[in-house]
Formats: sequence, C-alpha cells, structure tokens
Amino acid sequence: MDYLQLFLELAQSTVRLSTPLILAALAGLFTERAGVFDIGLEGKMLGGAFAAGCVAFVAQSAMAGLLAAVVVSVLLSLVHGYASITQRGNQIVSGVAINFIVAGATVILGEAWFRQGGRTPALAEGARFQEITLPFAETLRGVPLLGPIYAELISGHQALTYLAFLMVPASWWILYRTRFGLRLRAVGENPGAVDTAGISVLWMRYRAVICCGILCGIAGAYLSLAANAGWTKGMTAGKGYIALAALIFAKWRPVPVMLACLLFGFLDAFAIRYQSTPLPLIGKVPVQLMQALPYILTVVLLAGFIGKAIPPKAGGVPYVKER
Amino acid sequence: MSTPYAKLPGWVEYGLIPLVNLVVAFAVAGLVVLLVGESPLEAAYHMINGAFGRGEYIGFTLYYATTFIFTGLAVAVAFHAGLFNIGGEGQAYVAGIGVALACLWLDRLMPWYVVFPIAILGAALFGAAWAFLPGWFQAKRGSHIVITTIMFNFIAASLMNYMLNRVMKPLGSMSLETRTFDAGGQLPKLDWLMAIFGLSVGTSPFNVTFLLALAASFGVWVLIWRTKLGYEMRTMGHSPQAARYAGIKEARIIVITMMISGALAGMMALNPIMGETYRMQLDFVQGAGFVGIAVALMGRSHPAGIIPAAILFGVLYQGGAEIAFEMPSISRDMIVIIQGLVILFAGALEHMFRPAITRAVLGLSGRGRTQAAVKGA
Repeated sequence: MDYLQLFLELAQSTVRLSTPLILAALAGLFTERAGVFDIGLEGKMLGGAFAAGCVAFVAQSAMAGLLAAVVVSVLLSLVHGYASITQRGNQIVSGVAINFIVAGATVILGEAWFRQGGRTPALAEGARFQEITLPFAETLRGVPLLGPIYAELISGHQALTYLAFLMVPASWWILYRTRFGLRLRAVGENPGAVDTAGISVLWMRYRAVICCGILCGIAGAYLSLAANAGWTKGMTAGKGYIALAALIFAKWRPVPVMLACLLFGFLDAFAIRYQSTPLPLIGKVPVQLMQALPYILTVVLLAGFIGKAIPPKAGGVPYVKER
Repeated sequence: MSTPYAKLPGWVEYGLIPLVNLVVAFAVAGLVVLLVGESPLEAAYHMINGAFGRGEYIGFTLYYATTFIFTGLAVAVAFHAGLFNIGGEGQAYVAGIGVALACLWLDRLMPWYVVFPIAILGAALFGAAWAFLPGWFQAKRGSHIVITTIMFNFIAASLMNYMLNRVMKPLGSMSLETRTFDAGGQLPKLDWLMAIFGLSVGTSPFNVTFLLALAASFGVWVLIWRTKLGYEMRTMGHSPQAARYAGIKEARIIVITMMISGALAGMMALNPIMGETYRMQLDFVQGAGFVGIAVALMGRSHPAGIIPAAILFGVLYQGGAEIAFEMPSISRDMIVIIQGLVILFAGALEHMFRPAITRAVLGLSGRGRTQAAVKGA
C-alpha cells in the first residue's frame, strides 16, 4: 500500500507539472507543422499567465482570465506571424524578441498596476479554476488498487488539465483527419504544392499561428489560475523551452508529444520529491543533473543517437510566391 | 525575393535604415512608459544623465559596453557563417570556470599582468569548449544549432549551479560564489584613460578588459574580412551550396566558427569576474549573452557597428539604473523590453520600412539614377 501511495503522489504531481507543457508543446506543434518555427512559446505563455492573473483578479472570474490569456497570447502570435510570414523576417529572431518583450513588459505593467513586487494580487477561490471531483470518486475509493487510482489520480484535477489531455487526441484528429490539418501539414512540408492547389499559404500559416496562440494562452492561464493563485514574475521559468524540447523529442507528433511532456514532467516531479534522498544503486543524484536531464535528453536525441528527429521540411523558411 | 530590393547608397543601408528601426523601437518603448503613467521625455533625460552625467557614470556605461562587445562579436561571427548562436549566455557562464581557475591558482603568486593572459586563455578555452558540441552536432549530426545552443544554456545553468554549490565554493561558506581573489586576480581600472578626458572613474569597475574588447573587435574584423577562413565563413553564410561547390569543408567551418564564437562569448566572463566582483558569483552573466543578439543585429554584424551598439546598450543598462532610482514605477526590466523591441525591429522586422525608405531616397535622387539602381540590383 505504501508503494501505491508513493506512486500516486508522484503520478499526481507528474500530471500537474506536465499539463502546461502539453498545452505549450501542442501549440508549438501547430505552428511548426505549418512551417513557422516558434521559440516564443515561453513568452506567449508568460503573457497569457499575466493577462489571466490581472483580468481574473479584476473581474473575479476564472473564465474571464482564461479569455484574456488567450487574447493576449493570440495577439503576440500575430506579431510573430506578421514578422515571420508577412515580413519574411527571421523566425528565430522574432521569437527571441517576443520572449524579451513579454518578460520585461509583464513586470513593468504588473508593478504599475498592482504594486505588489512582481506579482498580481492573490486570487480568491472563485477567481481560480477549481479541482473537479469526478462522479463516484468517493464511493469507488474503497475498491482495491483501481479505487485510489481513480479517486486520486484521474479525479481531482482542474478543468484545464482535462482540457490539455483532451487536446492530444483532438490535435491528432485535426492534423491527420481534417482538410485543415492536411493543408496545414502540407504548408509546412511543401508550400509550393499548396499554393498550386489554389490555397493561400500565408493565410494557412496565419491560422496555424493563431491556433498556437490559443493553446499557449490556455497554458499560461493554467499557470496563474490553476497551478498558482496569480501571476508571479518569470513564472514560466523555462517551461516554454522544455515544451519546445518535448516537441522535438516527440518528432512533431501529437501523442508522442504528450508522452514526452509526461516524461519531462515526471523528471521534474521526481527531482522535487527526491532532492536529498539517495537512490538505490545510483546513490545520491545531484538535483542539478535531474533539472538538466530534459535538455540533455533532447540534445542527445537531436544528435540522432536515439532515432532521428526530422523537422517539417519547409520549417523556418518564409514562403515567397514567385522566384 | 519576388521583387529584389533596390541597391541603396551606403549611408542609407548602414545608417538610415538601422536608425529608423532603432527610433521605432524606442518610440514603442516610450509608449510603454506612457502606459505606466510616466513621462517618456523625463525617462530619456534620466537615462542620458545617468549614463553620461559624471565620469563615474561613463565608467559604468563603458563597463557594461565591454561585456556587450564580447557577446555581440560572438553572435556576429556566427551570423557571418549563417549560424545563429543563442548559446552565448551559457558559453560565457561556463567560461567563468576558466577565469576563476586561473585566478584561484595564481592570484597569490603572480601579478595581474601574468594572470590576465592565462585567464583570457581559460575563458576562451572553456567558452569554445561549450560551443564545440553544438557546432559538432550541427556539422556532423544535423541537429539544429539554435535548439542545441538553447538546451546548452540550460545545461550550463545546472552545471554552474552544481559547480558553485559543490566544487568551487570555499568550505563552510553559505553563499554560492568562489573566494575573493587577491591582488593577482584583480584587474586595474582604466583611470588613466578617463583622466585624459579630465574625468574620474570613481567607484565604477571600468577596467582593462575594455581594451581587450577593442582588440577583439579589430581581430574579428581581420578574421572576417582579411583572412581565408573569414572568406570561407562568409561564403558559407551567403550560400552553403556555393561553398560546398567551391570545395569549402562545411563541417570544419561550422565547428571552427562556433568555437571562435564561444571563445568570444567566454571572454565576457573576464569583465565581471576579474574586473568588478573579484570572485565568481552565481548568475554573473545576467543575460549579457542575449543582449549580444540585439547588439549584433543592430551593429549589422560588423565590429564598427557592434561597438556603438554595445555602448548604446551600456547606456541603457547604466541609464536604466538611474531611471529606476528616479522613477520607481520604471524598474530595470524596462531595459529587457527595449532589448526585445530592438531585436524585433532591427532583426525580425528589418525590412518593414525598407520599401518606403527606398521610395523616398530614390525619389529624391532623381529618376535616371533610380532606373540605374534598380537595374544594378
């Protein structure tokens, strides 16, 4: 029973830590499959988290906060889109710029509006997303093994967590089973062919960028309205980059994206839980190594030592109609 | 390009267009100041005054500029070979080990002018080593340099945290830093240089690393425009296919370029460690590696542009501190916004105003020349 309890604790915090990663990585999936590289996931998430924290406090409503997060994040996406699609600028440079602008602007505006030293005011219960208890969670708790798993692991998360996990099959379906998805992927592989078929490459890419903005906004709202009670300075703390790493680790496919995010979330949960406990066989692992592991794994994968990650063919290349 | 950009005179290409981009970036930053409810003009006044008002302030400005020259050159060298090195931050951070080792080893035995060259070598070596793997992975295994260098920044942060926590911290000390260096690990200030202009450095840490930065700028110019290696790098940056066809060894150039870039970023570590704090502290890089991106973009990857761009960011850092002091609602994070805006307007959106400017300039200089210029392009 002890082991079960331990497993549940770890699994629970894994789910909690993976949720924003999954949303952000799926966001990246949409743009990158359409041929627009985006290292601005971090900035959009942070912008979304900030907007959610502000609006949820003022309106005392979590839904209003979520909406604000999505709006801000989509606007930032459109800046990235304008620079990299319309102006054919360097997509990496544009992403870096957005990360900086947001990192600075959130602190300055937050301080000017609330004066709480790099945070938005703590949100009351009603202005946050509540944990949802699934039906029969309490009645089934007594059932051996499955009962606690259902009651503690599957039930009892916030709506956005369920949304994140539902978005995985939904993204798969959109990308692989709809006309929109086919065109989106085609725009990332061979935009010339899409153009020949009479479809606007630019508008396709803009739509992909907007999808990215929506998901990043939700990821940000999760951070400030579900995982925490408000926005704090730099609260994304590199999650956008971990999501990017997960996206590459998953070779730009939806279900592996979820698995990669769960793996990275688990590493994080494990590092927090076992900071100072020596492990069997290995001995005491430095926390710093655990923290660096997602990045190291991604580098190793990218170098082609575990399979090969091949990015969308037209990724990073602005589309020019005639040559 | 669907319509090739018309050839513009040099002063427009390298003067007017960057200037317009910069002005727009600052105008947007001014809007943010307005949004916060303060006066942008007052902020600008405090910034200029804070950066140039006194000899001491100028010392601080140039101290920051020194750091940014190194990281700007690092990004620029990679740009020339068509590589985007976002890893300057991590390379500079790891290079701190090289500087700290040289100082910890020799500071009690040797004077600074013996320790300094060894520390330079250490910084360059560790910085280059941290850039070697991303370069090698790109050259040999085809992994994307941008992603790898981002990952290496995070790995560097963890590594340095470990090093300062477990290895380089004096026994029994709580704070995450090495011991303070003795005289051999402390670089002299450039008070004589300031004295020529009748100014005093005061308490500012403006030190001899500045001269090293100027020398490095000249070295980069020689490397890029006056050597065979530089020619090969630029060829590869313009057209990898042409470079391959010309028999240039792509993998070799990528790895060498990245190591030079890493070494330059690494030399940045000398400035804060040996020039200011006389010890290696946690997070001593403080985002300078990323500022290098903005500096290189603004300076158009040419040392003659990078030095003024670095000084401009020195003004922002030093003047920004003054603004934060005088106008509490504008903290130093304002610099981060400006940095982002400069990267956006001078980098990603660099061509946004070009059509309008081209029309204006060519319109002014008369019809006949317009035609010739368009044909020439």
